[in-house]
Amino acid sequence: MEKNNLKFEQLETASKKKKIIYRWILFLILGIFALYYITPLYVMIVTSLKSMEEIRTGNLFYLPKSINFDSWLEAWRGQLVNTTSGLKVDAGNVYLKNYFWNSVKMVVPAVAISTILGALNGYALTKWRFKYDNIIFLLFLFGTFIPYQAILLPMARTLGVLGLSNSITGLVVVHVIYGLCFTTLFCRNYYVSISDEIVRAARIDGAGFFKIFFKIMLPISLPILVVTVIWQFTQIWNDFLFGATFSFGEAAPIQVALNNMVLTSTSVKRYNVDMAAAIIAGIPTLIVYVLAGKYFIRGLTAGSVKG
Amino acid sequence: MIWLKRNLPKIVISPSFALLVWFVYGFILWTLYISFTKSKILPNYKFWGIDQYFRLWSMDRWHVSVSNLFIYTSLFLILCILIGIVLAILLDQKIRAEGFLRTIYLYPMALSFIVTGTAWKWILNPTLGIEKFFIDIGFENFTFDWLITPGMSIYTIVIAGVWQSSGFIMAIFLAGLRSVDDEIIKAAKIDGAGVVSIYTKIILPMMRPVFMSAVVILVHLAIKSYDLVIALTSGGPGTSSDMPAVFMTQYAFHRSEIGLASSSAIMMFLTVTAIVIPYLYSELKREDGKK
Repeated sequence: MEKNNLKFEQLETASKKKKIIYRWILFLILGIFALYYITPLYVMIVTSLKSMEEIRTGNLFYLPKSINFDSWLEAWRGQLVNTTSGLKVDAGNVYLKNYFWNSVKMVVPAVAISTILGALNGYALTKWRFKYDNIIFLLFLFGTFIPYQAILLPMARTLGVLGLSNSITGLVVVHVIYGLCFTTLFCRNYYVSISDEIVRAARIDGAGFFKIFFKIMLPISLPILVVTVIWQFTQIWNDFLFGATFSFGEAAPIQVALNNMVLTSTSVKRYNVDMAAAIIAGIPTLIVYVLAGKYFIRGLTAGSVKG
Repeated sequence: MIWLKRNLPKIVISPSFALLVWFVYGFILWTLYISFTKSKILPNYKFWGIDQYFRLWSMDRWHVSVSNLFIYTSLFLILCILIGIVLAILLDQKIRAEGFLRTIYLYPMALSFIVTGTAWKWILNPTLGIEKFFIDIGFENFTFDWLITPGMSIYTIVIAGVWQSSGFIMAIFLAGLRSVDDEIIKAAKIDGAGVVSIYTKIILPMMRPVFMSAVVILVHLAIKSYDLVIALTSGGPGTSSDMPAVFMTQYAFHRSEIGLASSSAIMMFLTVTAIVIPYLYSELKREDGKK
């Protein structure tokens, strides 16, 4: 009897040990992947804080000897050079300040307009059913998948005809048009899950299309509006294709400017400035991600499990 | 007045719908028509037939683009799904610090492909990047110069692309795993099934719809890849890491061959359509089934 008990206890501790080992292996694998994802950000940050001398003598992973934000300043407002009229930014020098504001000026109206239109479309498509509404929805849905190469050429010509090529306004127009498919899809999928009963009751009480929208739908739409705004903000801020195709020079958005900055090989490559610039271009979307990660992920999955 | 009231929903949606029809579907038709013409720098509306497509498919550069797309898509797909599933399953084991780890796995998704490409271009730098690190720690003959080696640079795009997108696949699989009914797992455990067989025999087969979504999203992302190629290799060295999207913009905006560029754009469009239409069809059928 006693012997049996002993055996049982031994078995139990053995399985506990096994469990602990499994746990450790689990954390080890998760930790290795965490390193893989975090390393590039770490490398970007430490490189941006080093001097070029330090970069050449040390290696990627060394911490900087002293923290030095010169590269950040240089990436933001250009490299100051001594000229006869004092310190000035060299004419050929690409830096981010103006382009950052270009992107802000582009993102704010484009996100606002496309989100409002998307909410109205989603509402009309789900709560006021009409003939062919499903086909209209399908056309929007398919629009989220098309490769933009198939519309670049006519869009470039159209912007030219409208006198909007190479302007921030032109980019706002483009982002609103092609963002509409996504915003309509998000809002439609949200409104479809909301009971029709509320709308029906309000209609019997005599409320009209807009009254129901503003008084009933909008107040409960906050979660999906946050998801839509975050999605559109990330997409438009990170866009390169439209920016590079439809604008150049002064009106370019930040991603285009960053790419130009890295590609210009006028003098010696300054990797620290490149990395500082990349971080500056990435910070707005990173902040949104850290602050509203939940909504960010919801947008991604809403966009993926379509229909 | 009553007419207005009754048709208000249609009136509200019509501006957006008009934009969609004109700027998406109309423009695709325009591109399709131009691909049947001799257009060079300006559109020439005289019908020429399908010669541009013959020209396209006889070009070495297009063949390089297509084979690169094939390499990139298959590796990108396999690696993202593999990493995504493994991480999702491991994170699903009631882990402490799950939220923190998830944040780390997914943050690259918030960065643009240009930022991603810029960072990896520096890490993979043949003299000062990861190569120097390995030489410094004692591997004196270590070389890692894929970025500037024709035939290898396409794999650097895979490395950066997987880094950027795999966390996203983890997120959608994790969401899928969370929606599996706990009762099923409990019942299987009572029947004596081990953890591994619970996952491989019961849970993963239930993930089929998630799997389908992941494949469609990754493949259509891969076909659209443009920014990452430009930022990381600019299609180089030479044209060895070209992809169809890069080919199209090159011929459309730098070589003034808009007829040829249109035919390459239509090839991309048809490929995406061939993948997306069956997927949307099955998704919508599934949704109808739920009602």
